[in-house]
Amino acid sequence: MIRVVLPYHLRRLANTGREVELEIEGPVTQGSILDALEARYPMLRGTIRDHVTQQRRAFIRFFAGGQDVSHEPPDAPLPDAVVTGAEPFWVVGAMAGG
Amino acid sequence: MSGVRVLVGTRKGAFILTSDGKRERWDISGPHFAGWEIYHLKGSPADPNRLYASQTSGWFGQVIQRSNDGGKTWETPGGGPEKTPDGMPRGESNKFVYEGEVGTHQWYDGTQHPWEFKRVWYLEPSLTDPDAVYAGVEDAALFRSSDGGQTWQELPGLRSAKGHLWQPGAGGMCLHTILLDPSNQDRILVAISAAGAFRTDDAGQTWRPVNRGLKSQFELPDSTAEVGHCVHGLAMHRSRPGVLFMQKHWDVMRSDDAGDSWQEVSGNLPSDFGFPIAVHAHEPNTVYVVPIKSDSEHYPPEGKLRVYRSRTGGNEWEALTKGLPQSDCYVNVLRSAMAVDSLESCGIYFGTTGGQVYASANSGDSWAPIVRDLPAVLSVEVQTLP
Repeated sequence: MIRVVLPYHLRRLANTGREVELEIEGPVTQGSILDALEARYPMLRGTIRDHVTQQRRAFIRFFAGGQDVSHEPPDAPLPDAVVTGAEPFWVVGAMAGG
Repeated sequence: MSGVRVLVGTRKGAFILTSDGKRERWDISGPHFAGWEIYHLKGSPADPNRLYASQTSGWFGQVIQRSNDGGKTWETPGGGPEKTPDGMPRGESNKFVYEGEVGTHQWYDGTQHPWEFKRVWYLEPSLTDPDAVYAGVEDAALFRSSDGGQTWQELPGLRSAKGHLWQPGAGGMCLHTILLDPSNQDRILVAISAAGAFRTDDAGQTWRPVNRGLKSQFELPDSTAEVGHCVHGLAMHRSRPGVLFMQKHWDVMRSDDAGDSWQEVSGNLPSDFGFPIAVHAHEPNTVYVVPIKSDSEHYPPEGKLRVYRSRTGGNEWEALTKGLPQSDCYVNVLRSAMAVDSLESCGIYFGTTGGQVYASANSGDSWAPIVRDLPAVLSVEVQTLP
């Protein structure tokens, strides 16, 4: 079971709690987590990564195992702590704006 | 008794203000979509309970919201259990993809720059079909949905109308106004900053600029260029769709031939700079604007918030001040932030960047605030309810 923490506004949009749990078959990567997240919550499509290019939106960051993995390739394996569900995968909105 | 529903988009959410026909007491609901910028909300003329909203964020991009109960509850169209034939959820209500070659437009430094979708500025529901709705977007283009906002398709012919010469204004290169001709379903007018006004007479297949008569001597090297004008707003009366009124960056303009030619009707306005423009619901020759001091100072002249009304289709304007602040007022009124109802005594509404929404239940003769302390108001639309 993969745990994902969403920022406040995306929780509201998806009408879910702070943390969601996802079943993922195969390798656990940024890409597979986002695929599973968007399949379960279609309203999140386009809000974390671009619909077409699949690139991360500029003011979104990803954290796993205490590390900023935003610039890692989408198919790079994530730390065991995230794969086992010991720690969540964090989707974070950048601290900016008013 | 009939009533009104005022749909207010702000920098930090949407608000819905409702009243009976007297328009004295108001119920305020909101914020809906708290914390998000709501550029525009608008109801379907064919089904007043069907509303569309453009919800945007610098972080999370564009979201389209839809209500089927007059704004009590909302959903992202296609974000629910609907699925594609292969079983995947759609989740495409916020997917705005330009058709074909994306192409380029003029950038601030004169170079060419690729089109990049940023947000939906304006939503115009069909006059007859609650599931059909147009979206004006930044970077400027026109999209249409025929499935209640679940999926969107561009009408690419618009960008063929000299799109390579369009350029962003200070607020971005946005398609911010859409007028559907109630007498001719094939005719649509749009306005783009800073490109000008454009018209189709074949339901969006082909478009042409309709900017003859506009003069932009301070903004364009060729002041009468075919495109490049910073049109801030357009308005028409549904009984007389061939007559158009325009608030340009500077100048208030009028066309009597559906935009083929324009004449200036700024007349005695204290400033002909401004953003919104509206036409009285029952008097096609009665027009409203809110003069702003200049493009460098986006607030009312002399710190006096005045709506100006012309009962002669322009040129002769009177200041409407009763109930509006006449000293130390330095708010702005943005392009989509004024609307009218169609009750017997026509109501006029506008919102300010200071968070006030003012209403007049007597065609502008006197005003009172409905609310005073909302976030900065981006848009105001009104529905007249049976």
